[in-house]
Amino acid sequence: MSDTNQHSASFVRTESIPEREPPYAASGPVKWARDNLFATPANGVLTIVAAYVIYLILAATLPWILNGIWSTSSLAECREILDGTTGACFSVLSERWNQLLFGFQYPEELYWRPSLAFLLLFVAAAPVLFFDLPRKLLIFTALYPFIAYYLIWGGTILTPIVAILGCVAGGYVYQRFVAGSFAAGFFGGIVAALVVWNLGGLLITEEANEAAVMTAVPSRDLGGFMLNMMLGVTCVSLSIPLGIALALGRQSSMPLIKWICVVFIEFIRGVPLITLLFVASVMLAYFFPPESSVDLFLRVVIMITMFSAAYIAEVIRGGLAALPKGQYEAADSLGLDYAQAMRLIILPQALKISIPGIVNVAVGLFKDTTLVSVISMFDLVGMIRGPILASTEWNGVYWELLGFAALLFFVVCYGISQYSQWLERRLATDHR
Amino acid sequence: MAEATQMKVSDEIAITISNMNKWYGAFHVLRDIDLTVNRGERIVICGPSGSGKSTLIRCINALEEHQQGSIEVDGTLLSSDLKNIDKIRSEVGMCFQHFNLFPHLTILENCTLAPIWVRKTPKKEAEETAMHFLEKVKIPDQANKYPGQLSGGQQQRVAIARSLCMKPRIMLFDEPTSALDPEMIKEVLDTMIELAEEGMTMLCVTHEMGFARQVANRVIFMDAGQIVEQNEPEQFFNNPQSPRTQLFLSQILGH
Repeated sequence: MSDTNQHSASFVRTESIPEREPPYAASGPVKWARDNLFATPANGVLTIVAAYVIYLILAATLPWILNGIWSTSSLAECREILDGTTGACFSVLSERWNQLLFGFQYPEELYWRPSLAFLLLFVAAAPVLFFDLPRKLLIFTALYPFIAYYLIWGGTILTPIVAILGCVAGGYVYQRFVAGSFAAGFFGGIVAALVVWNLGGLLITEEANEAAVMTAVPSRDLGGFMLNMMLGVTCVSLSIPLGIALALGRQSSMPLIKWICVVFIEFIRGVPLITLLFVASVMLAYFFPPESSVDLFLRVVIMITMFSAAYIAEVIRGGLAALPKGQYEAADSLGLDYAQAMRLIILPQALKISIPGIVNVAVGLFKDTTLVSVISMFDLVGMIRGPILASTEWNGVYWELLGFAALLFFVVCYGISQYSQWLERRLATDHR
Repeated sequence: MAEATQMKVSDEIAITISNMNKWYGAFHVLRDIDLTVNRGERIVICGPSGSGKSTLIRCINALEEHQQGSIEVDGTLLSSDLKNIDKIRSEVGMCFQHFNLFPHLTILENCTLAPIWVRKTPKKEAEETAMHFLEKVKIPDQANKYPGQLSGGQQQRVAIARSLCMKPRIMLFDEPTSALDPEMIKEVLDTMIELAEEGMTMLCVTHEMGFARQVANRVIFMDAGQIVEQNEPEQFFNNPQSPRTQLFLSQILGH
């Protein structure tokens, strides 16, 4: 390679320069610390100040946590044991554990049912979240809502069976007529499902519910973190498809559909969730026929789903707008129809772009489920603020209880966030 | 129709456009277009930018809607009926300036998607066809990569293969080489020449005049939304009639 040193005007490279390793740089913890913690004097000062702040926080909290009392039956007893020293009264958690998780009205001997439903949730969610798993597992996912309903609410087994039959009938009619026109299939399917549900409803009598093997538990007896999980999972899984439909509807070239979607999104987004929840608990009953008693849980699910669907629709609209027009044109030019183009080309890409936004809404939604405590449902926060703090034994234990609630929500939300980051990496095919 | 090259042109008509007009809002983009394309014919459309040449070929597969006149493709009159449009689109392949491959699918999946979903071809058969056409455009070894891993020229050849997998009877090219480096232009043009030699009916919007001379039976010059001049390449390049064409040719061939 010394040819270049001879200062001649003409130069011909006879062999190409081989690739080499970058120069060996010093590595190890000392080098890392120098680069990241003490790169400049100002940097070093910041590091020391930050370390001191961390020390102060740990010095205050660690003794409180480590010195915690886990086995007393009231706050007074706990304070007696602590005798003035710093320490947490975690015994409220161990003593009220079941109430925090299941509420104070769910029959104690039936705790296994929601617990089983919770475990099965992971089995059902796995093939949706990790699409490398065998597709056959999706059959269980499709059945899971009915199984979970049967486990949590109990009652006669006819209820979930009629529900499944209604869905099957609707799906069958849809398949049958969708080739003719989408509208015929869609509305035909809905009508078929409603007919089956109504006919099936005649079979389910009060006596059947009372004589059932699985003791029926009414919705007002649900509570604790279980209620948050149920609301969170149901509303997230319903609001994503609804949000996609709204986003596509908002882009529709048919003015009627477009304006219905726009008005829905703008109205729901412009109203506080807490207002919608009050509507659900108080006013929605006016809109249903007087003899029908739509369950409070269902009413709340409808409201939270509509609320987050409006947000998700806007997030997905952003994803759709970010796609180059050429993708639509390429799909069109190959002769794909609208549904195929959306399902195979547009949505996979738009949803991938929208993942951070959708996760943002999902996490927010999950935390917002605690708002139902305001309409006298006893979710985790409702339990803490109501029955537990109001009891004579535990009046005044704020840090331990609310800290525990925060921790539970953090674990779930952090899990969702980590999953979404994995998903984004997994779907990265653009190699930018 | 004079036989300009050795390649044969049948008397069968592939596309008839008669008295077609298009507006973007109040802007009159295409004016009184009349054009008949025979099966096996290779037409190059050129003209300054904004002359409506891309819009014209995009009207043929209804990516753009025309407001007046009629377009008949393969005996089917283009109407606003979606089924009708999808049918025509599945018979007419199109290549774009920016390739428009689907970045979330592998090369093979890009090629098999439309045959599987539109033609209902069994997956295995569709994959065999796809491999056949990928071999034809000389990149079978890239089948399992994603579009983002390929060079521009390779991507455009995949785009051509993707269209061919639908076994189209007509191919439209919308400036297929305008976004490519000179080295890559050649590999794409070679593929297109090969396709022309097999008798594919082709409409190409391009500025590659060498390609036009070698392959086209007819060159169409457009300006301001109108067909200004059309002729066989020999006559078109050596003896242009309209002053506008003369000016255009002097500008693009002048250096």
